[in-house]
Amino acid sequence: MATEMREPIESGCPDAFQYMHPVLRRNYRQWKWHDHPRPGVLRHVAYSGETVWTVKAGTQRILDVFTLRKLCDIGDQYADGYVHFTLRSNIEFMVTDEAKVEPLIKALEDAGFVVGGTANSVTMISHTQGWLHCDIPGTDASGVVKAMMDELVDEFRNCNMPNRVHITTSCCQINCGGQGDIAINVQHTKPPKINHDLVGNVCERPSVVARCPVAAIRPALVNGKPSLEVDEKKCICCGACFPPCPPMQINDAEHTKLSIWVGGNHSNARSKPTFHKLVASGIPNNPPRWPEATAIVKRILKAYKEGAKDWERINDWIERIGWPRFFEVTNLPFTKYHVDNWKGARNSLNASTHIRF
Amino acid sequence: MADKHHETPMLDELEKGPWPSFVSGIKRLRDQHENERIRGMANSLLGQLEHSYETRKGYWKGGTVSVYGYGGGIIPRFSEVGHAFPESKEFHTLRVQPPASNMYTTKILRQLADSWEKYGSGLQTFHGQTGNIMFIGTDTENTQHFFDEINSYGFDLGGAGPCVRTGMSCVGGARCEMSCCSEQVIHRKLLNNFTDDVHRPALPYKFKFKISGCPNDCQNAIERSDFAVIGTWRDEMQIDQDEVKNYVQTKGREYIIENVINRCPTNAICLNDDDTITVKDHECVRCMHCLNVMPKALHPGMDKGVTILIGGKRTLKIGDLMGTVVVPFMKLETEEDYDRLVELAEEVIDFWAENGLEHERCGEMIERIGLVNFLEGIGVDVDPNMVNHPRQVSYIRMDGWDEEAEKWYRRKLEEKHQAAG
Ligand code: HEM
Ligand code: SF4
Ligand code: SF4
Ligand code: SF4
Ligand code: SF4
Repeated sequence: MATEMREPIESGCPDAFQYMHPVLRRNYRQWKWHDHPRPGVLRHVAYSGETVWTVKAGTQRILDVFTLRKLCDIGDQYADGYVHFTLRSNIEFMVTDEAKVEPLIKALEDAGFVVGGTANSVTMISHTQGWLHCDIPGTDASGVVKAMMDELVDEFRNCNMPNRVHITTSCCQINCGGQGDIAINVQHTKPPKINHDLVGNVCERPSVVARCPVAAIRPALVNGKPSLEVDEKKCICCGACFPPCPPMQINDAEHTKLSIWVGGNHSNARSKPTFHKLVASGIPNNPPRWPEATAIVKRILKAYKEGAKDWERINDWIERIGWPRFFEVTNLPFTKYHVDNWKGARNSLNASTHIRF
Repeated sequence: MADKHHETPMLDELEKGPWPSFVSGIKRLRDQHENERIRGMANSLLGQLEHSYETRKGYWKGGTVSVYGYGGGIIPRFSEVGHAFPESKEFHTLRVQPPASNMYTTKILRQLADSWEKYGSGLQTFHGQTGNIMFIGTDTENTQHFFDEINSYGFDLGGAGPCVRTGMSCVGGARCEMSCCSEQVIHRKLLNNFTDDVHRPALPYKFKFKISGCPNDCQNAIERSDFAVIGTWRDEMQIDQDEVKNYVQTKGREYIIENVINRCPTNAICLNDDDTITVKDHECVRCMHCLNVMPKALHPGMDKGVTILIGGKRTLKIGDLMGTVVVPFMKLETEEDYDRLVELAEEVIDFWAENGLEHERCGEMIERIGLVNFLEGIGVDVDPNMVNHPRQVSYIRMDGWDEEAEKWYRRKLEEKHQAAG
């Protein structure tokens, strides 16, 4: 390079206080209580007596600079130029003047954003990268979420659920999207097709062999050249070999499916945090609007809304009514694939006579 | 550009409906942006994405791109169909660390947008699932230019690869009455002690810090981080009995019994005849439920601190793991307290760096070697808060019992002395 390279400044994570609304800074760790005047709005009151209203809005998450600037304009006009993003990519504006709340909501809605996502609503689906910019996805992420949120928008705008609902999606079985009350995740159903011509060139074979959770991959000579082979009887079609070795082609237009899992809950409230559990699979990966997956999600939400008591998250509700009833009220099939056989699986079996009739 | 747009009949379907559409956003860049490079990139990107929708396949592959002086932080993306969609054939993502707890002024957002427009696609996400600001789509050369520019005004790359990753912290003390610690301070103390491990991947695998101000764990720290710091308290819950009475009056006794009293996981809370509440603080597990239902009446105690859990992760390779309690309670007030927290993190990372296998998360290592070996490795004593219940299987050699029992009594005695001052 002709020009001299600039040395990076290893400043790491920037200080948050410089970007914090002054009312938040002034009352740092001195908040007393909050309430929920209407969906999409929270009111927090500090020991000092100061009050802040937060207006939350859903966005498309993949923001173009025009949209980002539009959000900034709204922030400048109504919210003193400060914003906060939630874990699920909702944007929050803080105002100290109650009179600004309604105009702010109107400005957001007029600009096409959706105000809501607070308390016992179905908040924004947390999503991953998908076809837009990941190198291993079996499906898209932004598209699935857009299509689903179109259908769930009223549940975002209102607070009609027994408790909050966190939905996540993941576009491969690595599941960057994480646990969710409902999770819609890719599930491969066939072993990878190996592109033997490429393996020799691009793959560090021992590390691919080591990656497989069930030791189904062996080094092999194929047409006299070093390659890999998969014991298809052992293979669980997880796709873990694909990121380190792109010739292990796991994605398939037909056989890459979606599964739905429920009852993942991060909070310690009431019960300890839980992982989500499989409830439905074999769902077609059907762009551009994935209607089959959305239909099942809506069925689960309907049953939850009708059956759960206030404050029960999906896992709490199922814990109370039991899994047989869950499959009955959602009209989903219970199959041999629902019975776990991974490490520790016996702990998931019913070793009692606790049976609901 | 001659504005010959790729046809996008499938993506067009995603412009319909009430939720904001990312497709419309990318089209705005394609159609309205003054910069020809951005218009072209957006057009190409839409073309490739439409192709993915039609064939149900992804067309990005990885590679190696980094900025001068760093080994990570960039997610390289090269198109496998770059011949058809040349203007986005390089579409790298920069992972940039957000300010702790994702606070921004519109001024800094505009500044970031201006820089990104100069060098990138004009698409960004607040934030990725690990917590980074993701600036999506630029070529190799501009990766460096963009980084240089934003780095000069205070932003730095996050982690990618086997390294310490970008951290996350909840809004906490900034706006939440449940908060029991200074999330933003903890976040920066931890992350910025490990900048070298963020920028130069040399660990067995990824390592994530997440900080939640209370057991509601809004940052999903227990499930999603190797090192979860969760605010809690150990003295009595603060109760405003007048507010309790207000709740009872407005909601009704039955509601309070059904929704608060009966839902307490340890039956630690009761409603008295005079509509006040009593909490048996020694039985309360700080689950937060009653505080969530009655935020005006119930508040965390005054003796606040954090619980630390180690080893959460997702599926690959042995299945999902939750973090395990390693420090039941730690005060975080003085500089020395924070130093102890950072030291603990160093111990954990050093031990794991030495003993973890390649591509083995910290939690997987603990699973392999056992919690006791891990604790001995990092110099932490066992504690009954670390288990759901004691061992159920007799198959273990226990000839060190007497010394271990002795240790326990000695430790309890020391704790007593310390408590007595
Ligand atoms: C080639 C491979 C991979 C790519 C391109 C990739 C990409 C990403 C990206 C872009 C994110 C969001 C990051 C952010 O917020 O900045 C992410 C998050 C995540 N990735 Fe990956 N990833 C890959 C492999 C893996 C693997 C092998 C695992 C599993 C072991 C994994 C597990 C996760 C998890 C669990 C998250 C979210 C975690 C959290 O909540 O912090 N990823 N990934
Ligand atoms: S879930 Fe898998 S495919 Fe989707 S973004 Fe994460 S690593 Fe990529
Ligand atoms: S798909 Fe999973 S189980 Fe099958 S070979 Fe690859 S890593 Fe092994
Ligand atoms: S984790 Fe607790 S302190 Fe943090 S934002 Fe959530 S409720 Fe508030
Ligand atoms: S915080 Fe949870 S455990 Fe403690 S009294 Fe309230 S409901 Fe019971």
